Amino acid sequence: MGGTLAEKVWADHLVRHVSDGAPDLIYIDLMLMHEVTSPQAFEGLRLAGRKPRHTDLLIATEDHNTPTIDIDKPNPDEVSAKQLTTLEKNCKEFGVRLHPLGDADQGIVHAFAPNLGLTQPGMTIVCGDSHTSTHGAFGALAFGIGTSEVEHVMATQTLSLKPFKTMAVNVEGKLPKGVSAKDVILAIIAKIGIGGGQGYVIEYRGEAIRSLSMDARMTICNMSIEAGARAGMIAPDETTFEYLKGRPHAPKGEMWDQAVAYWKTLRTDDDAVFDAEVTIDAAELAPYVTWGTNPGQGAPITASVPDPAAIADVAERESTVAALDYMGLKPGTPIKSIPVDTVFIGSCTNGRIEDLRAAASVMKGHHKADSIHRVLVVPASSRARLQAEREGLDKIFTDFGAEWRNAGCSMCLGMNQDKMMPGERSISTSNRNFQGRQGKGSRTHLASPLVAAATAIRGTISGPADL
Amino acid sequence: MEKLTVVNGVGVPLRRSSVDTDQIIPAVFLKRVTRTGFEDALFYSWRRDPNFVLNQPEYRDKGRILVTGPDFGIGSSREHAVWALKDYGFRVVICSRFADIFYGNTAKNGVLAAVMPQESVELLWKLLEQEPGREMTVDLVQRTVNCGDVTLPFEVNDYTRWRLMNGYDDIDLTLQHEDAIAAYEAKRAECFPFKPKTLPALHEPERPISSARPVGGGDWFGPMGA
Ligand code: SF4
Repeated sequence: MGGTLAEKVWADHLVRHVSDGAPDLIYIDLMLMHEVTSPQAFEGLRLAGRKPRHTDLLIATEDHNTPTIDIDKPNPDEVSAKQLTTLEKNCKEFGVRLHPLGDADQGIVHAFAPNLGLTQPGMTIVCGDSHTSTHGAFGALAFGIGTSEVEHVMATQTLSLKPFKTMAVNVEGKLPKGVSAKDVILAIIAKIGIGGGQGYVIEYRGEAIRSLSMDARMTICNMSIEAGARAGMIAPDETTFEYLKGRPHAPKGEMWDQAVAYWKTLRTDDDAVFDAEVTIDAAELAPYVTWGTNPGQGAPITASVPDPAAIADVAERESTVAALDYMGLKPGTPIKSIPVDTVFIGSCTNGRIEDLRAAASVMKGHHKADSIHRVLVVPASSRARLQAEREGLDKIFTDFGAEWRNAGCSMCLGMNQDKMMPGERSISTSNRNFQGRQGKGSRTHLASPLVAAATAIRGTISGPADL
Repeated sequence: MEKLTVVNGVGVPLRRSSVDTDQIIPAVFLKRVTRTGFEDALFYSWRRDPNFVLNQPEYRDKGRILVTGPDFGIGSSREHAVWALKDYGFRVVICSRFADIFYGNTAKNGVLAAVMPQESVELLWKLLEQEPGREMTVDLVQRTVNCGDVTLPFEVNDYTRWRLMNGYDDIDLTLQHEDAIAAYEAKRAECFPFKPKTLPALHEPERPISSARPVGGGDWFGPMGA
């Protein structure tokens, strides 16, 4: 029997395997770091008198706490500023490469590494952040870890882990026009549920997935965690190789050929068996928007807010009631009639250059609706920002009435100044619509950049087809 | 990590059950950047109460062994709860039933979670309260607790005991397999010479980044007002 992609990558990183039930020891090819989950790990090393085993397999950036305006001025939040200077000090002391705010390679931890070509097929990649699953788009096994494990990786370049189960999600057929990667993943989560992927590594397969660009694949893998999965993966192919070629840290010359030969072996064998399998018909997908307070509470944009009275399952009914109450929505309200205050385009889910292009393509020649209070466009990385400016997208955004910002997590989690107010409603291209995620009392509708941009024009939730 | 075989010190009777990690350390302290220095955060709200046991002169800053009611450490998984206990000076917590995650976190940080029946805990409480500030001895080798004339057995699983007695943390344990790691690294260099390294740093040609400027007013208080 052959193996799945995830099993092959696991096997190629096995340092130690014993058959007495103890966990496997797995080698880690790359650890990404940021200011929030690293300080205690560095402190732990310091207290134990240890050094990182391989500083050349570590890299850090600043993203969660950084401001997106006036980055040349002192950080207005003292606690944030302290976390940032701590990261800088730690990186200097331990010799870890850091891309701080203001550096052209700075960005959200899951955006800056692919830009540099550091994310490659067949690698194991970890980070003290749950959305590390993003990097699985390259056929890497990538997952989030806790602070103790961050320290463990620095000291040993390994992790003790029990193997994950495997799940295939097949998206068959062609995607209809106007349906993007974000809609696909929101539909998948709505189908399998926020706990549906628990304990699994999901491999996304099928014609619709194969047709996606790398930026779009990253959007899909990014939200694997919202289905409860530890990681998401897509087998590498020509699209992957094309993206990597010429990036600063991609292999060159003979090494490139050798790498590609290996990468081509990274696919699930025809006779491999997954622990679970789900199939979705791409033709039936539509733009998706969430109406509730978890990413699984989503529906096609043409649908209405569900009526709890019609839900048989008690727990589900109660969670729907609570979600609608928090969101300030009445059962049966058509999703397209919901007015929003704020539009947020950005995050590690949808802040890459293609996402910016998609939003700009809709906004071009329009102005935001008067009822929309603000439209924030926050690139996921400084490289994406520079590229967008080269293409003149920033001009389209500012002419539209949007604010064009510096790269960072920004309003995805509101750890910096970019917060929402109580009761404020957003359409957001980020990944979590939990209560208070974007600011205390904030109400979030997750959607694609196309839907967010169309909504900004009309003032109520809209798809590009409504323009 | 410091080895733990025999702990001698002041026993603190904490007559409470179902102590959750929010009580042990509130969430606000999670913003800190250190793994140490949480002693002031331990039992933060309870310590505002002058009658709280750790505010008594016999116990203040002296406690080494905490004797507490059942279901200690329930709730959030925060490792900070163990950090705070340890920073305050506690090396042992005695309880009839610990929450799973808390139990796992103790050994990771060189703290012993000793399990004994509630009757034994009651007896220890009585002895400690008769003579506040009294020292007791926890012997991990013999798996016993000694307080005055009384000696009581406690439970600890063999693997955890072995780790604590040797002062092993997870990293030490992994480093015992350093040969295997080094062997893998040699094989990796040979089979995967193309795998990327972050150093030396490679870049695209540099271009300066300028700061974005604020657009629009800062006077928006949301649809519900300020
Ligand atoms: S953009 Fe949001 S989800 Fe992504 S790393 Fe930042 S805070 Fe986490």
